[in-house]
Amino acid sequence: MCLAVPGRITEVWNDRGTPMATISFDGIEKEICLVYLPAAAVGDYAIVHAGFAISQVDPEQARVTLQTFAELGLLADELGSTEP
Amino acid sequence: MKYLDEFNDPGLAASLLGEIAAVTTRPWTIMEVCGGQTHSIIRNGIDQLLPDTIELVHGPGCPVCVTPLNIIDQALSIAALPEVIFCSFGDMLRVPGSGSDLLRVRSEGGDVRAVYSPLDAVKLAADHPERQVVFFAVGFETTAPANAMAVHLAEQRGLDNFSVLVSHVLVPPAIEAIASSQGSRIDGFLAAGHVCSVMGTRQYEPLVERFSVPIVVTGFEPLDVLDGIRRVVVQLESGQARVENAYPRVVTEQGNVTAQQMLDEVFDVCDRNWRGIGEIPRSGWRLADRYARFDAAARFAVDGIDTPESGRCRSGDVLRGLIKPSECAAFGVECTPRTPLGAPMVSSEGACAAYHQYRRLSVDEISMPPTSNHRG
Amino acid sequence: MADARDVDGWTCPVPLRGHDRIVMGHGGGGKLSSELIEHLFVPAFNDGARIELHDAATVPVATGRLAFATDSYVVRPLFFAGGCIGDLAVNGTVNDLAMSGAQPIAMSAGFILEEGLPMATLAAVVEAMAMAAATAGVQIVTGDTKVVGVGQADGMYVNTAGIGMIPEHVDIRPGRARPGDVVILSGPIGEHGVAVLSTREGFEFGTDVRTDSAALNGLVGDMIAAFADIHVLRDATRGGVTAVLCEIAASAQLGIEFDERAIPIPPAVAAACSFLGLDAMHIANEGKLVAFVPPRGVDDVMDAMHRHDLGREACVIGRVVADHPGTVVARTALGALRVVDVPLGEQLPRIC
Repeated sequence: MCLAVPGRITEVWNDRGTPMATISFDGIEKEICLVYLPAAAVGDYAIVHAGFAISQVDPEQARVTLQTFAELGLLADELGSTEP
Repeated sequence: MKYLDEFNDPGLAASLLGEIAAVTTRPWTIMEVCGGQTHSIIRNGIDQLLPDTIELVHGPGCPVCVTPLNIIDQALSIAALPEVIFCSFGDMLRVPGSGSDLLRVRSEGGDVRAVYSPLDAVKLAADHPERQVVFFAVGFETTAPANAMAVHLAEQRGLDNFSVLVSHVLVPPAIEAIASSQGSRIDGFLAAGHVCSVMGTRQYEPLVERFSVPIVVTGFEPLDVLDGIRRVVVQLESGQARVENAYPRVVTEQGNVTAQQMLDEVFDVCDRNWRGIGEIPRSGWRLADRYARFDAAARFAVDGIDTPESGRCRSGDVLRGLIKPSECAAFGVECTPRTPLGAPMVSSEGACAAYHQYRRLSVDEISMPPTSNHRG
Repeated sequence: MADARDVDGWTCPVPLRGHDRIVMGHGGGGKLSSELIEHLFVPAFNDGARIELHDAATVPVATGRLAFATDSYVVRPLFFAGGCIGDLAVNGTVNDLAMSGAQPIAMSAGFILEEGLPMATLAAVVEAMAMAAATAGVQIVTGDTKVVGVGQADGMYVNTAGIGMIPEHVDIRPGRARPGDVVILSGPIGEHGVAVLSTREGFEFGTDVRTDSAALNGLVGDMIAAFADIHVLRDATRGGVTAVLCEIAASAQLGIEFDERAIPIPPAVAAACSFLGLDAMHIANEGKLVAFVPPRGVDDVMDAMHRHDLGREACVIGRVVADHPGTVVARTALGALRVVDVPLGEQLPRIC
């Protein structure tokens, strides 16, 4: 239901009391409202939906998830069960 | 893009598919609630790569598709007014009401504009004090904070020419309606990751307890979707029913508390009609009384428009997995992608529209030359 | 002639009489029209050799087959990153001709101008057209200008038409697609559409993406020189690469398969598509072509493309099959198959 993408905060500022950020998505830059992620700082990655940052990406969790996937593959290879 | 590309890796996808095949011993029916996940499944062909015993049922989670007929008709009336600039998310423009859609209203002279963010509509209101700017505030819990902030800002900046036509819907009551219905075939749910990034995972605990179904909070990239399916199957095969978070890089247990506070301030929970499905109790948000003056339906006196939903539409049964779309008497007759009755025919990826399209262009029916299966 | 009583005529006949905006008279066929032609269009479009103003231009041609194409341009905004409506209008028609294998020999330019359009805007567009025509090696030999009232046009619209000569033994058209043909794409996709979208009201975003607008006749000339029996060429404009593949599958009643991983998508285009919910395969290009080439010619054609600036990143994306006539099938990155169809109308940014 909800198209939201991760981008990197490159600048934060304040527009008449509303926290705003410039967020970079690999060659695209967009002004995004930061009111719901007041603690986010330059360099953080945020999930952006309809002009708002709604969640901060946790790099450690991302790493652990990918590692889990990789280990599943190794396990399957060892058991010789990759072919369904 | 970082945090997207890594979760598209074909080699890891093959590992996850292998693992799903290895742990599946029985047929299971799993609903992905969210339209974004449906999109990812169709776009990547994930449904074809799963074991035949796993059936995916596409859920009601497309906010523009479930917007009820009466509110779309209200929108069309407002958008046609000469003093109004009517702003909407792009995907709403093509959704038909009972006789027209917003693109057609635009072709007839209405000032209808697609915007990326509700803040763009607020800016238009500030730039055009002589016009009335109306924003069509649809969406699930993910979009609601953005729309709430637009209303909040309009109040703060004294923009009396700004208003919103609200048709917000909520995920947990929809899951509850599907899980509690007689004869529901859904064994487990993939819950919508971005909704949970706002609302947290804890709101699903009561549903799991009550219905003993696994609910796995799932992301949107192919690996995320596959991992969500894998976790549901693992739970089902071992007789468990828990809330699991398969999207921990984005979703926390408590969600975005700042956003929840804004939602509490701007919106009140209400009963809501879902297109073709009918009323689901406490499944929507409306403007709270203190923001009632921003209600476009009242401001333009269209709240009397009360187009009834089709009595022939069996969207609810399709979504519960009780019938195939083609078993509905209206399917392909008065209900087609161009003249849809219910939500699953409105969305191009909805169960009914996909079924309609599929009969014309079925991959299964076209013989493909064998191609080596890339692994690793 | 009433020149002696023409009050305007008493003023010094400076170019364009000092008008800094288009007025109705610039399309009226009178003096203002003539001045526009004399001081703006002719100097820009004439290569200095011959100019005798007449209702029709005359163009000497050799015997053989002519290609003839026309297209109208209504892009908004008029200027966008890397180009404007002017170069688009020249390149678009040159490319339409090139897709039949033709080299352009002459073009026309028709302008619908909105009253009040700044003269400098028109001059900049005309200048861009002149440069694009020079680059493509074609002359704009005839034209027309009409002016409409304020609010009746979006600044300006341009129509161009062109004629070109098709070399002997060249027969390039959709109906010649055959099972086994290899489908080649001339380079990365989506740049034009994203460049235009980035400046459109309501969706503005910062990006370095520029339009890929370019005349493809030079590239096509090199491809044909390397291998004359190219079956089909099509530029992937509105509707993007998807529209090209679907149209050819439908008109030739053949199946087409392509590999999604083979499609070059610049990172910024992919990013714009991600956050607006668009499909790069549906996005317009203005300097990319899709070629259907029999297997025996693929190496020669690819070599020729790789040597040309506009084909340096050319790649094989798929092939034509006898199965599933009329249907385009994509192999997804995960190895699944997906039927690909053209969208109902223009792509709209979505939240879902």
